[in-house]
Amino acid sequence: MISFDPTDNSQKARDWYRKMALEQMRPISRKYDEEEHALPVEWVDWYWNNARSGAPGNPVGATDGFVQVCIQAEELCFGDAALYLRMPTAALGGSAVGAAGTQEQRDKFLRPFREAGHPIWGAMAITEPNAGSDSAAIQTTARFDEVTQEWVLNGTKIFCTAGEGASQVEGGFVVVWATVDKSLGRGGIKSFVVPAKTPGMRLVGLEKKMGIRASDTATLVFEDCRVPAGNLLGRPPKPKTEAEKASDPRTGDKGFKGAMATFDASRPIVAAMAVGVGRAALDFLVEELGRQGVPLRCDAPPREVTALERDVLDMQAELQAARLLTWRAASMMSRGKSNNLEASMAKAKAGLAVTKITQKAVELLGPPGYSKKLLVEKWMRDAKINDIYEGTQQINQLIVARRILDYSSSQLR
Amino acid sequence: MIEFEPSEEQTLIVETVREFAKSEVRPLSRESDESAKLPGDLLARAHELGLVAIGLPAEFGGGGTRSAVTGALVAEELAHGDLALALAILAPSLLGLPVADFGSDAQKAALLPELIASPACTGTLAVVEPRFDSDAYRPRTTARRDGSDWVLDGAKCLVPWLDGVETVLVLAREGESLAGFLVPADAPGLGVTPDAYMGVRALPLAELKLTGVRVPADARLGGVTGPDLRALVARGRVGLAALGVGVARAAFELARDYAKERQAFGAPIATKQAIAFKLADMAIELDGARLLTWEAAWKLDRGEDATREAALAIHQVRRVALEVCDGAVQVYGGHGYVREYLPELLLRNARGFACFEALTLL
Repeated sequence: MISFDPTDNSQKARDWYRKMALEQMRPISRKYDEEEHALPVEWVDWYWNNARSGAPGNPVGATDGFVQVCIQAEELCFGDAALYLRMPTAALGGSAVGAAGTQEQRDKFLRPFREAGHPIWGAMAITEPNAGSDSAAIQTTARFDEVTQEWVLNGTKIFCTAGEGASQVEGGFVVVWATVDKSLGRGGIKSFVVPAKTPGMRLVGLEKKMGIRASDTATLVFEDCRVPAGNLLGRPPKPKTEAEKASDPRTGDKGFKGAMATFDASRPIVAAMAVGVGRAALDFLVEELGRQGVPLRCDAPPREVTALERDVLDMQAELQAARLLTWRAASMMSRGKSNNLEASMAKAKAGLAVTKITQKAVELLGPPGYSKKLLVEKWMRDAKINDIYEGTQQINQLIVARRILDYSSSQLR
Repeated sequence: MIEFEPSEEQTLIVETVREFAKSEVRPLSRESDESAKLPGDLLARAHELGLVAIGLPAEFGGGGTRSAVTGALVAEELAHGDLALALAILAPSLLGLPVADFGSDAQKAALLPELIASPACTGTLAVVEPRFDSDAYRPRTTARRDGSDWVLDGAKCLVPWLDGVETVLVLAREGESLAGFLVPADAPGLGVTPDAYMGVRALPLAELKLTGVRVPADARLGGVTGPDLRALVARGRVGLAALGVGVARAAFELARDYAKERQAFGAPIATKQAIAFKLADMAIELDGARLLTWEAAWKLDRGEDATREAALAIHQVRRVALEVCDGAVQVYGGHGYVREYLPELLLRNARGFACFEALTLL
């Protein structure tokens, strides 16, 4: 059935996360934008004690699907997108383990995010200095040491969101993409769970960014960094017996495709995050215009529609289109349907829409909009990353194009 | 639960209408545009499907299952065939739905049975006015009391006027409210002249001049103190948005298929990012516009005020339908500009949404 009615649980979650956004995040939004690499202790501790999955204070039960996950992400990023990225959660590392890992791996690596005695983080490390969107070109290597039965990682990863927390605080982990055989191209790419503090993994720097400054964007270097054989996500290093294959079909070698499947789950969430930032700016704009007594009619006579009214209508339509595309991709995910096309549609639309919405909000609010006295300028800086990370606008257009044209990656390059 | 899957019943209806649009509507699109005439028996064939009757009250012979969401799905499919023909097929709803929603018992009994049973379209609706600032909410056409009668003055355009029209519902300003008046097609003082536009050429449209048109007190929709008809505008906008999505989908699919066929520099042009990315954007915008339309229709079905959702949907569709159709012309290149192919027709039709109001209703 076509319906736009959120479940009771989703509504409860929306209310709770909205309150958290306004009460816990907004008051420290500016502070941690200014203090770029500081740990937002009060937020991290509050979240860990009250809001992490299984925390005693969290009134929201188990999520009833990915739409709810998107609603939560929107609310929190309505609060502050950078603080959202700094939450002590498994984050994209968790998505990777969830999408490509075995049940045993999910149990082992994700349980601490419910049960550890202090805040911990997960992260995913894909991008390298010379391989961003072209993730099949990554140079980080993984060599299997037959003697010790360990994988040995070597290489450099950049733009690793939450990379400081995930690499430095015991209990967390970084999922690292590496090639086991460069001659295999994308077929040789696997993902590995590297626990925090593993010898050979070094944090060498944090990016200074235009926006999402409270988020730790790390450069990690791997020098003969050793992890156990079982940390290869999804597939044991040795060929399995037929009985093993039959008992757990998920452990089949999904390789690059398995790793890419992470994006089908994460792109709707990133799109929802984008919508949250866009909504922060648009809601503020509409409220401020209301305080100024500027009418915003949706049924104004055609000759009397102001440029402002038209701009706001545009922004509202664009934001809602992005939100609905996002929920559709998430809803398909919940139903177990392939959502590769729809996830990229949502991400492409949301990334661009909120980039433009927040830029327009700064414009329409004049000097105060540009001023650091308000948060609107911050939201514009925060919004832009949504059109870049988790697949740029162009990469998502490419995926959409391949899907609608039924072209392979070699037919449409 | 937020969901985007049509019900089984809706899926069946969509499949039926899609097949009808593909085999009976699309093949007539070009020919009827060139001749500016409705194809002979199309309306009779569509009438057999009962697409309008399904939503009208069962006590007068209708199906009694009204759903704006289902209506939006149907409208998209028909417009995917052809916009002008879709508007003609759905035209009986223009009088049928307002009478069903707001009419007095006497008005329903007088108008609905024939409207439902007849394969001809016996009633229509006049909303748009022939001026640069036509405003569905605030018509210049006025209604004033004279004794027990109403007297109407003003002008209307873009009024679907199919063979067999007997009654036109004229939207007029009565004091500060938006009111509707049931006017016989042959009323003294009502001038009806054919109207022609850049697009939707196959749809018979009329310009109306109302000069002291006198109708009795009970001609006001809903009785002497009729309801405020602002809700009709929203119902029109959501219906038009659904039609616009259908037009845009037709253009997108043509452009996609053509781009895979057309060779340039030794490869299909779809293998070039300049074309492929344009197609990707068309697909994304199309889906976004459709979901906004569904949300507005869903709101209507809940009986809530959907003014804002309808405004958002039609605002988006006006832009998206035009851009996607323009994109299709561009992908076709010179072929998109010649009348041998459909993109130019779609572009001419898509521009119409800028000024259409209530040319269909959900």
